Amino acid sequence: MIEINEELCKGCGLCVAFCPKDVLKMSNKLTKKGIHPPEVINEKDCTLCGNCMLYCPDLAIVIGKEEKIV
Amino acid sequence: MKIVHPLIKYVRPGFLSTTNCAGCGNGIIAQSILRAVDELEMDIDDFVFVSGIGCAAWIPSPFFNADVLHTTHGRPIAFATGVKLSNPKLRVMVVSGDGDLVAIGGNHFIHAARRNIDLTVICANNGIYGMTGGQVGPTTPSGLKTATTPYGNLERPFDLPNLAKAAGAVYVARWTTYHARQLTKSIKRAVQKKGFSFIEVISQCPVQFGRRTGAGNAVTMMQNYKKNSVSIKKVDKLKENELKGKIIVGEFIDREEPELCEEIAKMRERIG
Amino acid sequence: MSNKVLTGLHFMQGDIACAEGAIAAGCRFFAGYPITPATEIAERMAKRLPEVGGTYAQMEDELGSMAAIIGASWTGTRAMTATSGPGISLMLENIGYAIATETPCVVVNVQRGAPSTGSATLSFQGDILQARRGSHGEYETIALAPSSSQEMFDLTIKAFNLAEKFRTPVFLLADAFIGHMREEVLIPDKSKINIVKRKLPPCKMSLNEYKSSLDENVAPMPIFGHGFKSHVTGSTHNSYGKRDVTNYEALDYEVKLLSKKISKHKREIISVDSEIKDSNVVLISYGTTYRAVREARKMLKRDNINVGSFRLITLWPFPEEEIEDLAKKVKKIIVLENNLGQIVTYIKAAVKGEAEVIFLPPQVLGTLHKPDYIVDKVKEVI
Ligand SMILES: Cc1ncc(C[n+]2csc(CCOP(=O)(O)OP(=O)(O)O)c2C)c(N)n1
Ligand code: SF4
Ligand code: SF4
Ligand code: SF4
Ligand SMILES: [Mg+2]
Repeated sequence: MIEINEELCKGCGLCVAFCPKDVLKMSNKLTKKGIHPPEVINEKDCTLCGNCMLYCPDLAIVIGKEEKIV
Repeated sequence: MKIVHPLIKYVRPGFLSTTNCAGCGNGIIAQSILRAVDELEMDIDDFVFVSGIGCAAWIPSPFFNADVLHTTHGRPIAFATGVKLSNPKLRVMVVSGDGDLVAIGGNHFIHAARRNIDLTVICANNGIYGMTGGQVGPTTPSGLKTATTPYGNLERPFDLPNLAKAAGAVYVARWTTYHARQLTKSIKRAVQKKGFSFIEVISQCPVQFGRRTGAGNAVTMMQNYKKNSVSIKKVDKLKENELKGKIIVGEFIDREEPELCEEIAKMRERIG
Repeated sequence: MSNKVLTGLHFMQGDIACAEGAIAAGCRFFAGYPITPATEIAERMAKRLPEVGGTYAQMEDELGSMAAIIGASWTGTRAMTATSGPGISLMLENIGYAIATETPCVVVNVQRGAPSTGSATLSFQGDILQARRGSHGEYETIALAPSSSQEMFDLTIKAFNLAEKFRTPVFLLADAFIGHMREEVLIPDKSKINIVKRKLPPCKMSLNEYKSSLDENVAPMPIFGHGFKSHVTGSTHNSYGKRDVTNYEALDYEVKLLSKKISKHKREIISVDSEIKDSNVVLISYGTTYRAVREARKMLKRDNINVGSFRLITLWPFPEEEIEDLAKKVKKIIVLENNLGQIVTYIKAAVKGEAEVIFLPPQVLGTLHKPDYIVDKVKEVI
């Protein structure tokens, strides 16, 4: 499961660039801050490698197994 | 339904949204530090995070929900020295920028290394004075045009790991933000190491460095870090021209030397 | 000599008495850098601190010394540095930081010939206004002026107590005469020494829950290592330590509250030593100049001339009301300073024309006023 916090996202694109499986893409959506957040386009390919979370400078993206949901 | 980011528990309530520009490497460094604390299963209340002035100095201040001492420009290591000497039980980590730590603060830097006082110093090196708007700094590459080198930088940059090593640091490493995993591991090692540990993190400032000097945006800068990095383990096998423009990453030294606070404790015992 | 308090009668140099005062006051951290005429304080602390479980740090410069004592203070340790004018110049940015972050510490300035490197072994009272205004911005400060070896001991303790009570750096403004002079010093029994401790927050509260700064009655200090999650910053901040550097209201709030913390408690902080009786002429002095005044008054008494003495023990905050009251009682005020007129401007302002103010520097700057020179001046104006 991948969750994007659009309030924290600054639209830098690092998560998209460093996802090895092209799971993410920058969206056309405009947030309140006036930026384009990423969107999940291909969740089934996600290996939970953690790159997106590791490189997101703003704690705006979280990945986790479904059971971990609180 | 929400998954909670595992590091949010270390963020000061109300300060989750930082003032960093989009894509700034400082956020990656901040998380690498928090991840190291988390993986070490240490209590963040045993730490004191000390920083100077600059964008990098805002990595812990006020972001980390811990004791944070946000000091004056260039002086965090000297403040940290006072904290550590007067309470050696505290784990003291200095997090600041290249300008702060090795231009205005260069003297404190080499002397703390010489003393081998148990501090972990993390330098977010973006090669520029970010906060003041992109002026040349002590780590800016030669030739680069910056706000105050409109005709190109005539000076040579410091090689920080070798500076720290020569000054007496017992643990020295260099990584880039691309190496966030290795960086986390290195921070863990540095925190556990008794003595002066230094980690340089080559970090993207997509605004004052990237945009001004043509180095590109955060993505390009980090892709270049990936492309241009060479492990220190392979350096010996490469010729000088093959090393041109490369970033040598890895652990530069990991040695044992008597640590200052421990030596002071022994001295007190000796004199009764 | 591992006693914390060296109770008894000693023949002691001023600098040594200052160091012993610090140890007696519970100072357990000293950071410094050698400079004449303050070096003896560092040397004594280097010997004494390890004996009493404290730490001496010889830093790479005075910028670092000031920084280190602030760091030490935030761990709950009483901390001090000692230097002379050139060192103070280097410390001023961090002294401002200590004021803004409300960090208790003691800064000793054993003044010497200046400007610049000046004359290392010669005495001077040149840094009186530097203590008041040397750091940037707008602030209040506390400064005490010792006149004897005994006061190097006593006022160092007082400086620590004021620093702890008001969470602010306190200056001890000595000079080369006092620092290097040897005199009798009576060190009282430990039980007779009053020690004030800083207020701490209730246990286990984190910074996010209580006001840790900017309280005109002094906020409790969330020292490190107790889970307070303190955020200490020299940037403009609110009472919760939250940085706010883009609005004038925040700046206004911080500057006014920091100042008020001192000015509101002036009565408690200020001490003066006044012997006026029925005299129409009074000599105002502080620090070493008081010693010359004392001699001159003895000589004048022999000639049946009664002049008063008003000694400033606290220089900052300035004893404005005390001087104003004094001016109403006397006709002429002679101000003695070993400089070209620093505190005299403040005295003139406080006198508000109620008495005539005459400034009297020594004939040769740096030297003590010759008592007969003071006598002649008194006879001239009387
Ligand atoms: C004594 C002093 N001089 C200058 C400044 C202005 N100043 C603020 S940040 C900064 C540069 C910071 O550069 P660096 O440490 O590399 O941090 P960055 O912003 O690049 O992360 C300067 C010169 C200051 N705050 N204090
Ligand atoms: S966890 Fe890895 S594979 Fe999954 S979205 Fe993130 S970067 Fe892509
Ligand atoms: S890395 Fe983070 S901030 Fe950047 S676009 Fe992705 S989610 Fe947004
Ligand atoms: S100016 Fe540069 S270093 Fe500062 S926050 Fe922006 S990107 Fe980061
Ligand atoms: Mg920088």
